Amino acid sequence: MHDQELGSVVLRARGLRKDYGKGEGLVRAVADVDLQVARGEAVAVRGPSGCGKSTLLHLLGGLDRPTAGELWVNGRRIDQLSERALAQLRRHEVGFVFQAFHLMDELTAQENVELPALLAGRSPREARRRAQQLLEQVGLADRADHLPSALSGGQRQRVAIARALANEPAVMFADEPTGNLDGAGTLEVLRLFESLHENGLTLVVVTHNERIAASADRQVSMRDGAFVGTTIVADGRENRPGPDRVEG
Amino acid sequence: MGRVLLVFRLAMKDIRHRPVLAALLLVAIAAGTATLTLGLALRGTANNPYTRARAATSGPDVVATDFNGDPQAPAQVGDLVPFEQAPGVVAHSGPFPVSWTSLKTRRTRATAVVEGRTSTSSAVDQPKLTQGTWVRPGGVVVEAGFADALGLHVGDRLSLGGSSFEVTGIAVTAAFPSYPESLDSFLVGRLGSYSLGLVWVPEADVAPLAAVGSEPVFYYMDLRLADPAAAQAFAAHYTTGSSSQQTTGPSAQSNANAPKTALTLYPWQHIRSEDAQILARAQLVLFTGSWLLALMALASVAVLVGGRMADQTRRVGLLKAVGGTPRFVALVLLCEHGLVGLCAAGVGLLAGWLAAPLIAGPGLLGAPNAPSLTLPSVGLVVALALGVTIAATFVPAIRAARQSTVAALDGSARAPRRRSRVVRLSAHLPVPLLLGVRLAVRRPWRLLLSVCSVAVMASGLVAVLVVETAAGGVSPGPRVTQAIALISVMLVILAAIDAVFIAWSSALDTRHAAALARALGATPQQLTAGLSTALALPALFGALLGIPGGILIYEAPKHSGSTAVPSALSLAVMVVVTVLVIAALTAVPIAMSARRSVAEVLESETS
Repeated sequence: MHDQELGSVVLRARGLRKDYGKGEGLVRAVADVDLQVARGEAVAVRGPSGCGKSTLLHLLGGLDRPTAGELWVNGRRIDQLSERALAQLRRHEVGFVFQAFHLMDELTAQENVELPALLAGRSPREARRRAQQLLEQVGLADRADHLPSALSGGQRQRVAIARALANEPAVMFADEPTGNLDGAGTLEVLRLFESLHENGLTLVVVTHNERIAASADRQVSMRDGAFVGTTIVADGRENRPGPDRVEG
Repeated sequence: MGRVLLVFRLAMKDIRHRPVLAALLLVAIAAGTATLTLGLALRGTANNPYTRARAATSGPDVVATDFNGDPQAPAQVGDLVPFEQAPGVVAHSGPFPVSWTSLKTRRTRATAVVEGRTSTSSAVDQPKLTQGTWVRPGGVVVEAGFADALGLHVGDRLSLGGSSFEVTGIAVTAAFPSYPESLDSFLVGRLGSYSLGLVWVPEADVAPLAAVGSEPVFYYMDLRLADPAAAQAFAAHYTTGSSSQQTTGPSAQSNANAPKTALTLYPWQHIRSEDAQILARAQLVLFTGSWLLALMALASVAVLVGGRMADQTRRVGLLKAVGGTPRFVALVLLCEHGLVGLCAAGVGLLAGWLAAPLIAGPGLLGAPNAPSLTLPSVGLVVALALGVTIAATFVPAIRAARQSTVAALDGSARAPRRRSRVVRLSAHLPVPLLLGVRLAVRRPWRLLLSVCSVAVMASGLVAVLVVETAAGGVSPGPRVTQAIALISVMLVILAAIDAVFIAWSSALDTRHAAALARALGATPQQLTAGLSTALALPALFGALLGIPGGILIYEAPKHSGSTAVPSALSLAVMVVVTVLVIAALTAVPIAMSARRSVAEVLESETS
């Protein structure tokens, strides 16, 4: 890979592996995955349940540590970082959206969105301003003072997306963001993702949803922990079998 | 019947499944029941040992002494002689020479009252040997309570006024109150010490021992009356007319035959009353301690039950899923903790009953009779144990039983209440505190329990400090000291258990929020520091509450008198050490919980 190309790569994994258990009980959740994601690119990871998609996402976002392999985020190798450094990474470089929303029940929508900014050391006023701006962006300015229990599924997920954007991450990871939503909720989230992508946000989305996958620049398929195929959507839906290799 | 058996079996299975938690529950409740049993067992026994000692030692009805502590009007031994023939006196012993001198053993120093005796036995006041033989040249006999406090045994050597003697025997007497009840009142406060013990020495050694410290020699005479019940009247009769004498004893007599002398007379009822002070003090300490421990047990049980409930959510869901009604589930939970409470009552009764003779002390003739635990006493102890258990279990059991089956099967903790003001204010705090405060206030009752637990412990410790301050460095006696130490240690242990379990419970039901905070960029260190600091804040409040609490505990039994407030430094040290220890203890389970993988926690739980 040329230096010029490296400069535009936000996320890069080489030989990424995650094992659980030992000996005969060993389960390889992620098997030697190679991946690179360019700035502004949207990648959809697809595959059957239990194939290791979520585990891969946790590894890429620094929520979990790989058993082997190398991982770079924004040009910085993260697979050997300390827990404290990984926390810093999660605070500033990446944003997460979970299938189950994972909002704090006792905090309002705005307080949930403010939280990452406060954790990043922003002043309460600045965090509030940023949260208001993000809630407006996701179309929930009028629901800012509502608790999650008073919001629909789609609205909760939009709050979660706003929260993931609070610290302007280099890449956003979304794990089945429409998995818990009805049709209307799915549509709300889908439009939001399309809008974020159009605005140049780098996205890695684990999804079963055809429309989200179709809106991505690239789709990668997983089975038994490994990449088994890549579809370049933006380049005339070219099908390219085999793992997504990093060119050396 | 089948349902009762099922409830019992399910309760027993869960107790066996979580033996450590059950054992901790048992310890928490048993600490309170044992102390209460001890207090109840000693109730009414205060007079019993003296009565037995009096019978066994031919105890005097009246003790007369020529010592009045007044150097301007000293009494003379000759002043005692007329009592031999006084109306109502049927027998006498003495006068025996008495003085005081320094006592040293290998381990300690004390002041001893030395009473001269010959090898012949006396008609009245024959000290009863519990070990060894009577005094002989070079050999002394030590009063049993004093020997116990100094750790002296037959065959040991001690130094009196610089001269070495062998301890040939240990004995009890009814002529003086047993150590540590002070002989000082018998010496009209002139020594300024409350830790005088009695040693019988060969009569010929009293004068040389007194001469070492240039102390006076005075005399005691033991009188037996035809009517022992009239001893107080006898002493009062001879006191009449003593207007010019400076005596501080209960009665001073101006005998018609010796009007210019100053004598002091002690009826046996007075000696009994002084002697009973030992047990009275022990009883007061134990009763106060038992209520403190009962309060602490209540807090501990609530904490432990809360922890168990947080851990049992899924089990409750399973019971309900297979057809258990909320009532049935609540019964299982109540039965489970009730069984532990009953066991704790049994353990407490046994421990208290066994410990009672130790607290009564060996200074009295043997231990008091096997402590009389009446049926009402047993009932009170069992009621305390069950009351504490049910009070702490009832609300969580009902709440758990009424929880949605689906939510319980998910194992999700009860939704926390929103605290808008705390959320707003905490935004201005440093990140660790922001996290800690927000996580801690999700369970305000738990914080209140933490305050209560630390406040009870601190009250106990402050009460001990007040006792120390009031005593001015004088020991209240080994048994009372042991009782105080035992209760203090139990309070500290229970408070430590509470702190760890409050932290553990907090870590358990904030694990999702904590994992989410970590996913958003908080470090495990920030979470640990924040949550343990947030949990230490109630400890600070509790420790501060303990200061007035401890003073109140000490002052409550008194109806008047000045308040002995411990030094600001000792109180400050108590508060600071309490807060630091609680913070350190809470940090352990929180840090362990913060080490769990974020992905694992978030995957296993749904919001």
